Order: sequence, then structure tokens, then C-alpha cells
Amino acid sequence: MSDKTNTKTDTKTKFFNQTRSEKISKVGAYILLIVLSIIWLYPILWIVLNAFRTEFNADGTMVGTVVSHYWPKQFGLDNFKILFANTYFPVWFRNTLFVAIFSCILSTMLNLSVAYVMSKVKFKMRKPFMNIAIVMGLFPGFMSMIAIYYILKALGLTQTLTALILCYSAGAGLGFYVGKGFFDTVPQALIEAARIDGAGEARIFGSIILPISKPIIVYTALMSFTAPWMDFIFARVILGEQNTHLHTVAVGLYYMMYGQIVDTSRFTVFAAGCVCVALPIVALFMYLQKYYIEGSTAGSVKG
Amino acid sequence: MDKNNNGIARFLKKISKPFIRFYNRFMDGSLGTKMSHFVMGSGNVYHGQIIKGLIYFTIQAGYALFMITCPKVNNTPLGYKAFINLITLGTEEGDIFTPADNSMLMLLFGVVTIGITLMYLFAYNSNIKSSYKADQDIKNYGKVTSFKQDAKEMLGNRFYITMLTPAALGAVVFTLLPTIFMILISFTNYDKEHQAGLKLFDWVGFNNFTAFFTNPTGEIAARFLPVLAWTLIWAFFATFLNYYGGILLALLINRKGLKGKKIFRAIFVLTIAIPQFVSLLAMRNLIGEYGPMQKILMDIGILSEPMSFLANATNVWTARIAIILINLWVGIPYSMLLASGAIMNIPESLYEAARIDGAKKFTILRKITMPYIVFITTPYLISSFVGNITSFNIIYLLTNGNPKVTGGYIAGGTDLLVTWLYKLTIDEQQYNLGAVIGILTFLITSIVTLVTYRRSKSYKEEDAFQ
Repeated sequence: MSDKTNTKTDTKTKFFNQTRSEKISKVGAYILLIVLSIIWLYPILWIVLNAFRTEFNADGTMVGTVVSHYWPKQFGLDNFKILFANTYFPVWFRNTLFVAIFSCILSTMLNLSVAYVMSKVKFKMRKPFMNIAIVMGLFPGFMSMIAIYYILKALGLTQTLTALILCYSAGAGLGFYVGKGFFDTVPQALIEAARIDGAGEARIFGSIILPISKPIIVYTALMSFTAPWMDFIFARVILGEQNTHLHTVAVGLYYMMYGQIVDTSRFTVFAAGCVCVALPIVALFMYLQKYYIEGSTAGSVKG
Repeated sequence: MDKNNNGIARFLKKISKPFIRFYNRFMDGSLGTKMSHFVMGSGNVYHGQIIKGLIYFTIQAGYALFMITCPKVNNTPLGYKAFINLITLGTEEGDIFTPADNSMLMLLFGVVTIGITLMYLFAYNSNIKSSYKADQDIKNYGKVTSFKQDAKEMLGNRFYITMLTPAALGAVVFTLLPTIFMILISFTNYDKEHQAGLKLFDWVGFNNFTAFFTNPTGEIAARFLPVLAWTLIWAFFATFLNYYGGILLALLINRKGLKGKKIFRAIFVLTIAIPQFVSLLAMRNLIGEYGPMQKILMDIGILSEPMSFLANATNVWTARIAIILINLWVGIPYSMLLASGAIMNIPESLYEAARIDGAKKFTILRKITMPYIVFITTPYLISSFVGNITSFNIIYLLTNGNPKVTGGYIAGGTDLLVTWLYKLTIDEQQYNLGAVIGILTFLITSIVTLVTYRRSKSYKEEDAFQ
């Protein structure tokens, strides 16, 4: 975006100098983008609206089901009241926060240590290790989930949040590619210089590499912190359907609607739960947007 | 590996190397090194490295104890008995008084014991190496390294081992071991009729695999190919529509002189940030029979009566197309971000040169922008194809694999291989069939990856950017 400043000052004159077809295509681009934005925001806004929808039947009970009108006839906070008073939602939220914090710390440490070693230490088994990691990544994750379930059972760990933390973070070392891509861009000369100065490898990593690795640390931490809020398959298998008090938000909210009996009358309460979960996550994403974009582009583009 | 003969010879040489080294060390080493072939750590003790020697000895003693005493977990032994059990998968049929052997745990513990044995062998080899190194140190420097020095080395030149060990352990226990376990399950008859701990199950060879192609009753075989076909169709459309859709959107947003780039981009990032179970379940209800979309479509006359797109049993393609369309909503923002990154990286000089040559806008787009984006994002394309083959959330949350189809063998009209695998194992306890599907999925994804990834530039020139 080298010409950013230019465009700002010259827009007016430029606009009048444009040919007609250019003007039309520009207006067209705006219209198209606005239409697309509406399409993308339409379902999100709908969930938010439903969270605040407070409509009543003739007999005074709340209408919790999906209704055919998009805009609620009446707004209120009743769904949130029900969510916090009559469901396990606060417990689910606390569970998820607990799992997210610990799996974030563990995953980030494992992931980045592997990424650094794979990028900067040319040891003998490096290529074989990388190939093994690729091959293991190709197995569908939850094929092994069943086995993990039984391994945890044998260890007496099933249906605990600790088990879930281990599931999320133990294999984190295998996802080192993005981090490796980042460390690849750190000049080798920086490390060589430190070695010549007599710094040990641990010190090089601790006091030279880590301080300049903020983008990748933030990216990895963000990804692993948000994973437990989004995942619902692992949590569902490991924690079991019956243990409502152990669920994470995703599992809990899913079962609220689609448990043994499909109960669509709690849709508005479900929507309120969704808003409570999505709000902090979205805020985090938006706040760290720069790092997210940097990380996801670097990782997948360069490979 | 250009010449085959050469390759085989080199391969033989490569695998015989450790054994030759093993032999040489034994012949060449001091008495301590020779001793450490039998009693671990004795070489180190011989050289005065007491702590190191004791650590090695403890490993050996612990392993021997483990193998001989066969500690029981959940009534199933580990140790040498686990090897026997791995072959028999249990012999006690069980009655009212004695519980049946747990074939599943026996299989698992067999694998665990093999793993522990491999680690023991690794430690055994490193014990000899360590003693041999002490021999060399005495020869060269006249003294051996102290324990403190060795410990310090773990933060120095061998720091990478310190860093890799926890991650490797985690990956072995939570990824490698379970994967091997499930691969083995696919060769057994572990299913609903043979529940672990209630009834023994046994090795059945390749029966489960042949069932997918030539089952006498034909149930699974008849379902397998349609599910596979739909999986591939889905992966193809989901990947390429999202990919090119994302590129077009990125081109649109990154248009020269367009205002509000940041706002538009933020809108699409917003949809990435929202957990999928929220957005997908919202979609499911939004376009569902009672949702507002139906009313809109009826108002403008596209539909004459409410119609459930995702559960329409008369034609599975209604649900399938709906899923692919909804997936555009989910996936385009990702590829838009990537393509944006690529577009911003295109050197301005390329455009200048083209403009000087009098190239039209469309020509620039076709000859410079598009090739550049495609070149740079190819690895993403591959990984997203693989990701789509194994994508679970979108199907499970939108349709649960439904609508049901006749003779479905649990697989519904929109089930992918992976959701079928999930249903077979979690809901139906057909572990063996689930494992076979897992292996077949792995074969597909690995073929796709090997063929395309190894050819791609970013793999060949892995170090080119350094």
C-alpha cells in the first residue's frame, strides 16, 4: 500500500478525471462489497437479535423457538436471565476458561519449542522427524480419539477436564509448521553471532529468540486459547453426554438444543449463550487481528 | 536414489550401519564398555560417572521388574504377559464368577509394552554410547565429563533434545500410540457383538477391509462407494469454490482507491472469529423450516411451501448443495485473508513494467496478479483439500449426516467418510469398521498430499527463504 497517502489527497481530483466506465465499475465494487457484507452479517445479526428476543405466548410463556420473522417484536434480557439462573452455563464457561488457559500455556510451549528446533537446529534426525509429523497429521484426528478415550480410561483420567487439556495440547508439537515458517525468517547470523559470544543454546533461545518472537507467540497462544471454545467433538467424547457439570460451552450449548431429545424451544436461550461465548472470542480476535492475519498468511502461504 | 540397484545397496548399508557400529564398539571398547552391554550403567560407574551409571542401572532394573512382575491395570497385565495377550487377545471367555478378559485393553497394553521396550532399547544403546564416549574422552583428554557438565550440556549443544522431548512424548502418547492402536483394531472383530470386557474379540486378518468391497450381504460395500464419491465431490467443490471465491473477494477489497478496506476486511474476519458451532447452528436454524429464510423465499415466490433444505429426503442433492453454499460463507473469509496477503506482496515494479508496456487492466490481472496469488498459495490449496476431506464440523452441525437414505448402513445422504467413521464408532460401537474407514481416509489424503505436496516448490526449496 505504498500509494496510500497519495490516494487520500488526490481522490477528489482523480474522481473527476476518471472515465465513465471506471466510475461505474467503482460504484459496482462498492455495491457488491456491501451486498456481500450483508450476506455475511445476516446470520450473525440474527443470532444476536434472537438472544434479546423476548416474545410471549398468549398464556404468558416465552416463545423460545425459531420464528419466521427476522426482527424481534420485543426486546429484553430474559434469555440471559434464564441462561445464568436455570442452566449450567456459568459452570460451562468456567470449565472452558480453565481448559483454555492451561491448554494455551502447554500448547504454545510445546509447539514453539518444536518449531524453533526444526527451523534452527540442523540435527541428524530432523528430516525424518518432519516427515513423520506430516504423515501423522494425515490421519483423521478423531480416529485416534476413541483410542485416546480408552487410554485415558486406563489411566483413570476420563471425564475430567485435565484429560481434555492433555488432549488439546499433548499433540501440539506436531503443528509446528506455522512457527517454523516464522523462525525460518529469523536470520541465522543472529544466532551465530551469539554463539561466537559464547552464549549457550538455552540462553540464545531465551534471551535472543523469544523477545523477537512476539508475533508468533501471540498467534500460537491465540489459536490454542480459542480452540477449546470452538471444539465440540473431542470435548463431547472425552467428557460424556451425561456429565453436564463438566461440559465446555460448545458441548453444553449443543446438547441444550440437540440432546437425546431435540428441544428447539430453547433456541433463544441457546442464542444468548452463543452471544456470551462469541463476544469475548470475537473481541480477542479483533484486538489481535494483526497477529492472526500475519500468522495464518505466513504459515499457509509459505508452507 | 536415481538408480535402483544403487538404492537397494545404499539402503542395506544404511540399515546395517548401526549393527556394525554396535559390534565395533563392543570389540573396541574398554572393559567398562563391554560390561555395559550386559549391565547398564556399569561402563559409567567404571569410569567414575556414578550418578549417570546409577540412572542407567535404574532404567534396566525398572524395565526388568516391569517385564517380570507384569503390573496389572484394570485387571489386565502389562509386561511379558502383554506380549502373549497381544497375540491371543485373551482366552478367558468369562462366566458369572470370573469376568471375561478385556481384549481391547490387552491389545492396547501389548502396544504400550512394545513401546516401552523400544524406549528401553534406545536407553540401552545410549548407555553403551555414553560409556564408549567416556573411553574416547579418556583417550583424548585424559578425563571424563562430570555429571554437572553433562547436565549443563542439555542446555548447551544438546538443548534441542531437551526442547523436543516433552513434545515428542506428548505426540507419541496422544497421537502415535492411538493411531497404531486403531490401525490394529481394523484387523480385529471388535464391534457391537464383541464389547470389550464382556466378550472376547480376535484377529480376523483383512476381513474388515474386504467387507468394504465385497461383502456377501453387500450392506457396507454398497454404501462405501457412494460415501467416498460424495466425499471427493464435496472436497473438490468446497476447496476450489472457496479458493477462487476468496481470491475474487480479495481482489475486490484490495482494489486501488477503494475506501474502507479495513472495515470490509474486519467484517469477514468477524465470521472467522465466531465459533463454528455458533455460526453453523445459526445457519441451520436460519434456513430451517421455521426460520426467516423460508418466509423470505416464499414472499418473493421462489418457494410455494416451506421446504427443509438440509433434511429434504426426496433429493439428497438439495442438502448437499445447501452445505456447499453454506461452506462458502464459512470458508471464503479464510482464503480472502490469504489472497490479500499475497496481493499486498506483489512487487509494485511488476505492475509498473506491465503498465509501461501498455497492458490492459484485465491482462495485468490475468498475467500477473492471478499467477502470483496461485503460485504463492498452492500449499494452502493442498492443505485445505485435505482438510475438507476430513472436515467434520460443517456436516455434523448442519445435517448430522442426514437425510437418511435407504440401505444407509448408518451413513446418511450427506455423511462424509469421517462423519460416517464417527457414527460407526461413537454411536454404533462398530470400532473395527470405523478404523478401516480411518485408514482408507488416510490413504486418500496421503496420496493427494504426496503427489501434490512433494512436487510443489515450497517443499523442494524448503530452505530457499533462509
